Amino acid sequence: MVANTETLEQVRSVADDGYKHGFVTDIEEERAPKGLSEDTVRYISAQKNEPEWLLEWRLKAYRHWLTMPEPEWAKVSFPPIDYQDSYYYSAPKSDKDKPQSLDEVDPKLLETYEKLGIPLREQEMLAGVAVDAVFDSVSVATTYKKKLEEVGVIFGSFSEAVQNHPELVREYLGSVVPYADNKHAALNSAVFTDGSFVYIPKGVRCPMELSTYFRINAENTGQFERTLIIADEGSYVSYLEGCTAPQRDENQLHAAVVELVTLDDAEIKYSTVQNWYPGDEEGRGGIYNFVTKRGACRGRNSKIAWTQVETGSAITWKYPSCLLIGDNSVGEFYSVAITANCQQADTGTKMIHIGKNTRSTIISKGIAAGRADQTYRGLVKIMAGAEGARNYTQCDSLLIGDQCGAHTVPYIETGNQTAHVEHEATTAKISEDQLFYCLQRGLTTEEAVSVIVNGFCKEVMRTLPMEFAVEAQKLIGISLEGSVG
Amino acid sequence: MPLIEIRDLHATVGGKPILKGLSLSIEPGEVHAIMGPNGSGKSTLSYVLSGRDGYEVTSGEVIYDGQDLLALEADERARAGVFLAFQYPVEIPGVAGTTFLRAAINAARKHRGESPLDAMQFLKFVREKASALNITDDMLRRPLNVGFSGGEKKRNEVLQMAVLEPKLAILDETDSGLDIDALKLVAEGVNSLRGPERSMLVITHYQRLLDYIVPDHVHILANGKIILSGDKSLALELEKKGYAEFVGEEAA
Repeated sequence: MVANTETLEQVRSVADDGYKHGFVTDIEEERAPKGLSEDTVRYISAQKNEPEWLLEWRLKAYRHWLTMPEPEWAKVSFPPIDYQDSYYYSAPKSDKDKPQSLDEVDPKLLETYEKLGIPLREQEMLAGVAVDAVFDSVSVATTYKKKLEEVGVIFGSFSEAVQNHPELVREYLGSVVPYADNKHAALNSAVFTDGSFVYIPKGVRCPMELSTYFRINAENTGQFERTLIIADEGSYVSYLEGCTAPQRDENQLHAAVVELVTLDDAEIKYSTVQNWYPGDEEGRGGIYNFVTKRGACRGRNSKIAWTQVETGSAITWKYPSCLLIGDNSVGEFYSVAITANCQQADTGTKMIHIGKNTRSTIISKGIAAGRADQTYRGLVKIMAGAEGARNYTQCDSLLIGDQCGAHTVPYIETGNQTAHVEHEATTAKISEDQLFYCLQRGLTTEEAVSVIVNGFCKEVMRTLPMEFAVEAQKLIGISLEGSVG
Repeated sequence: MPLIEIRDLHATVGGKPILKGLSLSIEPGEVHAIMGPNGSGKSTLSYVLSGRDGYEVTSGEVIYDGQDLLALEADERARAGVFLAFQYPVEIPGVAGTTFLRAAINAARKHRGESPLDAMQFLKFVREKASALNITDDMLRRPLNVGFSGGEKKRNEVLQMAVLEPKLAILDETDSGLDIDALKLVAEGVNSLRGPERSMLVITHYQRLLDYIVPDHVHILANGKIILSGDKSLALELEKKGYAEFVGEEAA
C-alpha cells in the first residue's frame, strides 16, 4: 500500500523533530515547581503546547485523582507516598549535567552491561552519557523511520502525536484506560509527560519490530509514560518496550499507562522487559512501578498478546489486561516475574470476555528468591453475552531458598453457561538434586540457576521476539545472582 | 603416578560415619570396580569424590591429578575432569538436552581458556556421539531426563560423559533399572570411552555389569572400608559365594 504524500510529509517532520529534541539542541533545565496542584498540570500542558481539550482532560483527571483512595488490595507494602515531595516535570537534562564518559558511571552498572554483552556505544546511551549528535543509533533510527514512512506507519513520541495527529489522539486517549480507572492511572492522566504513539494503517503488516529503544527522544519520559497503540483493520504490529540493561531513574514513583486498540482482524503483540532499579539488598531506593496496561480487542477476530519479563523495580503493580469485545477475539498474557532480595511484585492480568467465541490464554511464571514476595493476581470474567468463551490459565511458581513467598490469587467469574474455563497452578522449589546435577556437569551455581530457571520459563520466553529473547535469558540469570548458596 | 589416590578417607553424612578409612589408588587408563552390599558406602564414596553438599570429610585426603581434590568445589572438580554418572539422573523441566550439554561443554571450555562452541559446531559434535548410543535428535531436544525411561536416562548419562571427555568417570550403579539390551548398549558406550588417558571407577552391586565392562581391578567395600581387592575373578567369586562369605553375616 502506498502512503499519500501528506502522511509522508507528516512522518518526515516527526522524524526531524525527534533529532532536535534528542541530540542536537541544548535544552536548558526547566522544571515545574515542586509538588502537585492544578498549576502543575497547567504548567506541563503549557510546556507541551497542548490544545485546550487535552488540558481539560488532564484537569478532570487531576480533580478526580484528589478524590480517589490508594489501591490497597495488592499484596505489597510500602510507606505512604508523599505526592507533594516530587517534581512532575523537568525538561531533558543538558549535556553538561550528564556524565561525560563511562568513567563517571557506576562500575556495578557497567559490569552488568558487560555481562549482557552490550556494545560500548550502546552502554553510553543507556547510562545517559552525553554523546555527540553523530551517533550510530541516529543513523539506524533514520533508516528505521524511512522504512516505516513507506508503509504509512506512524511511530513517534506522544507529544509529537498530540501536535501532528490530534484527531487520532483525541479519539483514542483514555478510551481503554479511563482517567478514573484507578488512582495511579488518574495521576498519569493528569501529569504524563511523554511516551510513544503508534498507528498502523488498515491492512499494513508493520515491516519491523517497533522498539522504544529506537525512539530517539525516549529519555526522561520514564516517570509518567503514556503509550497509545492503534492497529487499524487487518494490520499487525509487534512492539517492544524497555530493555534488558538495568535502567536507573532518580524518580522513585513510576505510573505508566499503556492503551492498545485493535480493530477488525488486527493484531498487536506487546513485549516488555522491565529492569528498573530494584533497590539495594535491603530494598532501599528501588523504583515503584505502578503500571496500568490494557488492550481493547474492539474488532472481530482481533488479537492482543502481552508478554512481559519483569525483573526490576522494588515494587511491581501491574496487570496487563484484555477487553475481548469483538466476536472471536483473542487475548494472551505470558509473564515471567522474578523477585529477589526484598523485591515485591503483585502482577497478573484481567481477561474480560464480552464478545462471542472469545478466547484467552494466561501463562504466568513467578520466581521468588531471597526475602522477596510475589503474587499472581488474575481475573477471568465471562460476561453474559460471551457465548462459547474459552480460557486457559496456568500459573507456576518457583521458590529459591526458604524465606521467599509466592501466592496465586485467581478470580474466575462466569456469566455464561457455555463458557469453558481451565486453571492450573503449581509451586515448586529448585531442588538440591537439580543444583548438584548441574554443578557436577561443570556449571557454576549461577549458571545452574540460570539454566534451571530459564527452563521453567521456557513457554513464556519463546513468545518473545528473537533479539529480545537471547538477552532476556541472560538477564534471568543475572537477576538471580547470589540468590543460592 | 596415579590419577587419583584416596588415603584413609573418613566421611560422615548427617553426623553419621559412613566411610571409615577408605584407601584406593587408580592409575591413568585403569578401570576399577567397587562392589559392596547395600549401605556399605558405595554411593557416599561417589558423592564425596564429586563434592556434594552434606557429605563431610572428617579425615584423610584425596590427591587427584596432582592437586588436593577435597579443596575444590563440586563444579571445579567437574571442570577438572571428574564426572559422575548418576544412579538416578535428575529431571530438569524445560531444559532441552542439547541446551544443557552445550552449557556444560562451554563451561569446561571457558575453564580451559577456549572459546565457546557455536551452535553448529556443537550440534555436529553431539550428533556424532549420540548416534553411537542410539540417541535420536528427538531425545536430544526433549527436556532433560523428563519422562525418559530408565535406559534412556542412563544412555543420556553416557552421552554426557562422551561429550565432556572426563579424566575420571565414576559410574554409580549404572546398571540399576536396566534390562539386558539397555545394559549392553550402555556398556558398549562406556567401553568405547575407555582409553589410556581415562580412568573409571565402576560402582555396582551386581557382577552382571562387569561381564560387559570388564575391570582391571575389583574391590569389595564393606562397612566404609575396602576389605578385599583382586582382579576380575574376584567379582565372579563374589557372585558365587555372596557377600556374606566375605564381609560377615551382619553386612550381607
